[in-house]
Amino acid sequence: MSAEPSVASSSTPATQHKKTTRGGTRHFTEGGPVKKDGIQQAKTEGKELTKEEKQRLRKEKKQQKKSKEKKDEKASQESEKEKKPVSSASPASQPPTQPITPKAPSAVPTLVPVPASETPAPADKPAKSKAEMKAERRARQEAERASKQGKKGEVGQQAAPGKPKAPPSELQPVVKRLPEHVQVDNPEVLKKLAKKLERQQIPLRSDYGYKVSLFSHLHQYSRKAPLTQQLSIPSTVIHPAIVRLGLQYSQGIVAGSNARSVALLHAFKQVIRDYTTPPNEELSRDLPNQFNFLNQCRPLSASMGNAIKYIKKEISNIPSQCKEEEAKSKLLNCIDRYIDEKINLAAKAIAKSSIEKISDGDVILVYGCSSLVNHILCEAFEKNRKFRVIVVDSRPRLEGREALRRLVQRGISCTYVLISAVSYILPEVSKVFLGAHALLANGYVMSRVGTSQIALVAKAFNVPVLVCCETYKFCERVQTDSFVSNELDDPDDLIVTRKGKTQLEHWQEVPSLGLLNLVYDVTPPDFVDLVITDLGMIPCTSVPVVLRVKNVDQ
Amino acid sequence: MELQAVLMAAGGGSRMTDLTYNTPKAMLPVGNKPLMWYPLNLLERVGFEEVIVITTKEVQKMMSTDPKMKLDVKMKLDVVCIQEDGDMGTADALRHIQQKIKTDILVVSCDLITDVALHEVVDLFRAHNATLAMLMSKAHEFTETVPGQKGKKKTGEQRDFVGVDQSGKRLLFMANEADLEDGLSIRKSIMRKHPRMHIKTGLVDAHLYCLKKAVVDFLADNKSISSIRGELLPYLVRKQFSKTINSQKVKDDTEDQNQIKNDGSTNHELLISSRDEPLLKLAQERSCWNDHRGDMSEAYHGGKLRCYVHIMDEGLCYRVNTLAAYIEANRLAPKLFEEPAVHPSAVISERCQMGSDSIIGALCQVADKTSIKRSTIGNSTTVKEKVKVTNSIIMHGVTIEEGCNIQGSVICSNAVIGRGADLKYCLVGNGQRIEQEAERTNEVIVGTDQLMEI
Repeated sequence: MSAEPSVASSSTPATQHKKTTRGGTRHFTEGGPVKKDGIQQAKTEGKELTKEEKQRLRKEKKQQKKSKEKKDEKASQESEKEKKPVSSASPASQPPTQPITPKAPSAVPTLVPVPASETPAPADKPAKSKAEMKAERRARQEAERASKQGKKGEVGQQAAPGKPKAPPSELQPVVKRLPEHVQVDNPEVLKKLAKKLERQQIPLRSDYGYKVSLFSHLHQYSRKAPLTQQLSIPSTVIHPAIVRLGLQYSQGIVAGSNARSVALLHAFKQVIRDYTTPPNEELSRDLPNQFNFLNQCRPLSASMGNAIKYIKKEISNIPSQCKEEEAKSKLLNCIDRYIDEKINLAAKAIAKSSIEKISDGDVILVYGCSSLVNHILCEAFEKNRKFRVIVVDSRPRLEGREALRRLVQRGISCTYVLISAVSYILPEVSKVFLGAHALLANGYVMSRVGTSQIALVAKAFNVPVLVCCETYKFCERVQTDSFVSNELDDPDDLIVTRKGKTQLEHWQEVPSLGLLNLVYDVTPPDFVDLVITDLGMIPCTSVPVVLRVKNVDQ
Repeated sequence: MELQAVLMAAGGGSRMTDLTYNTPKAMLPVGNKPLMWYPLNLLERVGFEEVIVITTKEVQKMMSTDPKMKLDVKMKLDVVCIQEDGDMGTADALRHIQQKIKTDILVVSCDLITDVALHEVVDLFRAHNATLAMLMSKAHEFTETVPGQKGKKKTGEQRDFVGVDQSGKRLLFMANEADLEDGLSIRKSIMRKHPRMHIKTGLVDAHLYCLKKAVVDFLADNKSISSIRGELLPYLVRKQFSKTINSQKVKDDTEDQNQIKNDGSTNHELLISSRDEPLLKLAQERSCWNDHRGDMSEAYHGGKLRCYVHIMDEGLCYRVNTLAAYIEANRLAPKLFEEPAVHPSAVISERCQMGSDSIIGALCQVADKTSIKRSTIGNSTTVKEKVKVTNSIIMHGVTIEEGCNIQGSVICSNAVIGRGADLKYCLVGNGQRIEQEAERTNEVIVGTDQLMEI
C-alpha cells in the first residue's frame, strides 16, 4: 500500500533529479578522476554498467552537485529550489532520525543521508557560477543530441548518453514518504490525517487501549466501537455498499486476502453502477474518499492496494469523449476480467503446478486458513492423490478450524494441532504449504502471524516449505522485520473465559499490562524453498524480477 | 440511497380508547410533545433527511397546526393519508406505498419512545446482508397505579416467545402465546443447525424493523398478509429454515407446487437475490469466517434469508400503546431531553410550589398557593388557587378550579374540573366536566357517547 503515495510524490523529485544527473554526467565525462577510467571504458565500449558502478556514479554526481551548491549557496536561489525537491522527498514531518524506515533498494540511502551529511564536500571542481555551469551543460546536451541523431547504430559515445538516461529512469531512486498508518505516535501526522478526513467528511476512528511501546506507531482499534457510530444512518457521503464492506472488514466477516479483494471489487462494481457523473468531477476523484473510509475500518492489504491501482489506471485510460454508459460497462468488464484472470485462473494454474509437487503418501502441513492452499489441497484430492493433512492453528483467531472443516468436508483426513505442538509433529511432515498475504520486493513473505515460526521450525527439520501466492499480491514494499508495518487487532480478542472466570477482564486497569494482538509477520526467504505462482514456480528472490516484468507490461 | 424511513402513524390506539377518543394516538401529548415527535426526533438525530409518514387525515391536520411539529422537525415529511375506518394493517399500508419505495426501508411505529443507538440495529442489517433486523428491549414493570384499573393487571396480555441463537443476534423463533395452543414446537431442522437456542419471554418488541426492498415487493404480490408484526415477521422467521429451492437452479414444477401448498398463505416465493451474486459467493467462499462452529456447513448454513434482532439491555424503550405505558412514558420521556421544565411563556405565580420533575407547558396560568409535584401540565391550562396536583398528567386546555386535589390521574384535553373536586386515580375523558365538590377514586369518567353500546 505504501507504493501508492510514493508514485505521486516521486514524480516531481524524479524529474528534477533527471535534469541534474544528466548535467552531472556531462560534467563527469569531461575529465574525472583516474579511478573512474574503468567505468568510462565500460561506457565507451557500450557494456552495461554493473549495479555498484551505477550506484557509485550516482553518489559521485550527488557529491559534486553538493559541493557546487555549497560554493554558490548565496549566489542563486535555484540551487535551493533544486535541493528542496531532492531533500524534501523525506518530508518535514518525518524526523531525520527515524531508525527503521522501509526503503526501496539501491539509491535511496544516498538521498536520505543528504540532509544529514551536508558537511562532506569533495572539493575538486572549480568554482563556477551556477548559471554558467548550467548553460554549459545545456550546450553540451544539445551537441550530444545533435550528434546522436546522425549516428543510429553506433555504440560508442552515443551509448554513453543513452545508457545513463535509461538506468536512472528504470532504477530511479523511488523516494517514499512514510505512510500515515505507521506514524500514529507522531501528533503532527495525526493532525494532518484528522484534517484530511474532516475535509472528506469521514469520521476519524480513535485508538483503543494501551499499546505496547514497540508497536505504539500503529493503530489499534476496538471492534465494539465501529466507525458507523459516527456516520449518519442513510449514509450519503460514502456509498452504502462501501459502508457495508467496511463493516464486514472491521467485524471480520470478510477476512483473508483474496476474499477482501473480491469483496472490494464487488463493492466497486456497485459504486460504478450507481455513479452519475456530476458536471465537474470525475470518478477517480471521488474514489479516495471511499478508500479512506475503508482504511479507517481496517488497513488495506497489499492485494487490495494492487486492485485499487488497477481500477484507477483503468479509469484514467477511459477516453474522455466516451459516453457514461459505455465507460461504465467498460469498467465493469475490466473488473470482471481482473478477477477472472488474477484470482480464478491464477488459482487454477497454481493448483496445477502444486499437484506436481504433491506425491502419494505425503503428509502436508498447513497453517491457518488460506483460501488458496485449501483450494490446492481439494484439487489434489480430486485428482486422487493420497495424502493427509496436518492443520496447525493458533489463537486468538483460530482460523484453522475453518480450514479443518473445509478439508474434512471434502473427505481429506486431517490432524489438528495448535502451534505450540508444531515441533512435536514436524518429524511426521513431508511438506509444508503456506499461504501468503503479500510477497515483498526483497523476497520476504508477509503472512499471518505464526507463519515465520512454522517456516523456521520446518527449516530446522529440513522439511521443504512451499509458499503459494498469486502474482497480484506481489508488493513493491520492502520489509525485513515485523515491527515497522503491521496491523494491531482488537486486544480484547485475547480475553477468554474459562470455567466462568475471565482473568483478563480488567486488563486496562493494570498500568503495566499491555495486550498485543498482531496480525501479520514476515518470513525471510532463507526459510522458503519455493514460491508457486501463476507464472510458475520461482525462488523467493525472483520476486523483484516478476515485479519488473509486470511494470514493463503495464 | 441506503434506507428509507417509514413512520406508521395511523394506528388507533385500540388498547387505550379512553385516551384516544378525541385525540388520535399519534398526537397524544407526552411530556408536552406529540407522541409521534419522539420517533421523528430519533430519525432526525441519526441523520435521516426524509421520512414517509403514513397517517390519517385527522392527524395530518393536527400535525400542520402543532407548533412543535412545525418548528422542531427539520426533515422532509412525505405524508400519505389512508382511510381511518378501513381495516388497514401495517403491511397493507406498506403495500399502499410500494411505488414510493426504492431501497431498503426502516419501519418505525409512532408510539416508540427510545434512546437506542440506531446504528446497532442497522449494522446488523448491513453487515450480515440480512432480510430483517429488528429491535427488542427487556420489558420493565410498570410501577405506577393506573387509573381505572381494577384488580390484577396483565391478565389479558399474552406473552411473546422469542428464540435467539447463542450469540443473541440471530432470530430463530418467534411466536405469540395465542398461536401456541398445543405447546411450543420447534422444527428439527432448526435444532440441527442451531443446537443452542435461548428462548426469551420478557421482551418488548419495539416495532422498529429494517426490511429489504424484496420484502416490500413480496408483500405487493401477497395480499393476504396484513400485519407486519402479526403475520409478516413470523413468516420471515420461519422461512429462514424452510427448504427453499435456489432461485438459480432449474425449478421442478411439481415440487414447486407442493411446497407452495404446504406453506399455505403465500403464492409467491420471496426472492432474495442481488446483482453479481457469483462475486458475492466467491468472496464468501474465500473468506475464512463462519458464523457458527461444530458442524460441516458453511457460513449461515447456506441460507440467504436471515433475520437478526438487537436486544437492548439498558436504556429507554417504550411502546406507548396502553394507559400504563402512557403514564410511565410521561414520567420518563422528559429525561431524554435537556429542556427547561417550565415553558417560558407560562405564567406562574410566585407562591406556587413546583417540584423539579414537573413540566409546565406553554401559555399556562398557575395561580398562588398551588402545589404541583411529579406532574405534567399541558399547554394553555389554567390552574386556579389552592390546587394540589400530584403524580398526574394534565393535557391541553384544561381548567382546574380552586381547591381541587388531583392525585395520580389523567385529565384529557379541554376538561373542566369544578371547585373543590377530589380526584384520585381517575381518568377524565375529553371535554368532560367534573362537578364541584366531587369525590372520585379509581374511576374512568367519560362521556356517554364514548361508552359502548351493548
